[in-house]
Amino acid sequence: MSEELICITCPLGCHLTIERKGDDELLVSGNRCPRGVKYANEELLSPKRMVTATARVLRLPQESQADSLGLVARLPVRSTGAYPKETVGDLLQAIYALEVPVPVKRGTVLISNFKGSGVDVIASRTLLE
Amino acid sequence: MKDLFFDAVVIGGGAAGMAAALELDAAGLSCAVIEREEQLGGILTQCIHNGFGLIEFNEELSGPEFAERIEEKLQGTNIRSFTSTTVMELDAGSENKVLFCYSALWGVLRLSCNAIVLAMGCRERNRGNIRIPGDRPAGVYTAGLAQRLVNIEGYVPGKDIVIIGSGDIGLIMARRMSWVGCKVHAVVEILPYPSGLTRNIVQCLNDFDIPLYLSHLTTNIIGRDRVEGVEITPLENGALMSDKAFTIPCDTILLSVGLVPENELSRMAGVELNPMTNGPLVDSMLMTNVPGIFACGNVLHVHDLVDYVVEESRRAGKYAAQWLKGRRPVREVRVKAGANVRYLAPVRVDVQADNKLYMRTLIVKNDAVLEVRVNNRVVKSIRKNHIQPSEMIQLQLSPKDLESVLSAPDPVVEVSIN
Repeated sequence: MSEELICITCPLGCHLTIERKGDDELLVSGNRCPRGVKYANEELLSPKRMVTATARVLRLPQESQADSLGLVARLPVRSTGAYPKETVGDLLQAIYALEVPVPVKRGTVLISNFKGSGVDVIASRTLLE
Repeated sequence: MKDLFFDAVVIGGGAAGMAAALELDAAGLSCAVIEREEQLGGILTQCIHNGFGLIEFNEELSGPEFAERIEEKLQGTNIRSFTSTTVMELDAGSENKVLFCYSALWGVLRLSCNAIVLAMGCRERNRGNIRIPGDRPAGVYTAGLAQRLVNIEGYVPGKDIVIIGSGDIGLIMARRMSWVGCKVHAVVEILPYPSGLTRNIVQCLNDFDIPLYLSHLTTNIIGRDRVEGVEITPLENGALMSDKAFTIPCDTILLSVGLVPENELSRMAGVELNPMTNGPLVDSMLMTNVPGIFACGNVLHVHDLVDYVVEESRRAGKYAAQWLKGRRPVREVRVKAGANVRYLAPVRVDVQADNKLYMRTLIVKNDAVLEVRVNNRVVKSIRKNHIQPSEMIQLQLSPKDLESVLSAPDPVVEVSIN
């Protein structure tokens, strides 16, 4: 049984045909360069995704009431690397559970080495207030 | 009213405006950036997804990170930035150019200057622009507005979502809405192929099993107070198959149907626009038909990467600085969009300078050839592995490439793709 994938490494978008030869070996055809084989292996054997989301910001009550116009309500965050696709939901839940006090600097590690994956979650902007 | 003078004023404090201002400052000129939002950074601050900066910083960054990296370069310069400030009037007719601005922070400002860089970016097309029939209930948003609500203001605009148009912003919002717990029921595209990148089709739609309806038209929006559903009709050979129409129940519709450069101020100043791009027609120094008014970034033409916006805007800033110091193009010729080329920017090249052009094609093709002709004789030919309308193409033209222009009577430079 063969599977089909479109390689997204570059804009050419090669249509790959993949046959499984055992549990962790693939036979890839339709690729115009070696990157197609690498992509098929990653995508079928251990698909990963970069995760970007926003986290709750903790402000003192009087600040949040004073002048909320133009105030950034959520802190954008991102993973420092690609995370296993199947369990992205777990990482999102951990991000949504965060409460980040301001000020916070861009690059601050908010979640370190999530579930031993080697992936951190960092603040992707600076919020001074 | 405050009355201030600068050598140059940059309108817009996004990636384009900041990049242009940095070059003006580096050339030793006094420069102001006017930004209507409370902070610099422009649209990047709401684009929290990654994929920015691969060319500029050789790193994959999120939008806010990219914006902050550029903004940090403004620290320690003499660039004056006026945030929360809107330019209301632009008068290029008098000896100096004059801008009237209103600001919550500064009151009314009257800024005089010798050069202006237009860097206002673009706007989303909305329901009116594409004339979707039906009711007018709450719950119809442009994708970018929804992006702002979710990513900056912290509001989720609905639960059950249908996205109209398969542009990249719509695709990215499909993933974003799915990740905040909404159900995205469909993406509807009138064309037979998606307008967004394959990468985004895979990672933003396929990952979430979101169906993509190609060659389908939105024929009705249903709902009294709030959106209740959207009627979709298939197109076959350009004809509506009304008997095959179906309705998808939803409470929210996001529109991702294209961007238009925001040129109200340009028009006010008498700047001539290119009907193909809706942006100004510019010469080899990225200057509009109004002497001393330059344009760059998405207000000139809609770019697909912010890295390209920054590259172009840096040149605009440099050119504006050179123009203020007296440089003029030596000999310019018009560049014509030939076969399969939708547009070129700029539309003029200087025969005695290194020129860089951005262009878009009308076709999807592998192994294409880009040709530059002077009076029908090929002077440059470049092979392209793959071209498609959604990906901008870059072209360099040196004095050597354009040598034959000098001896040609009525030279015409034409760029085509086959």
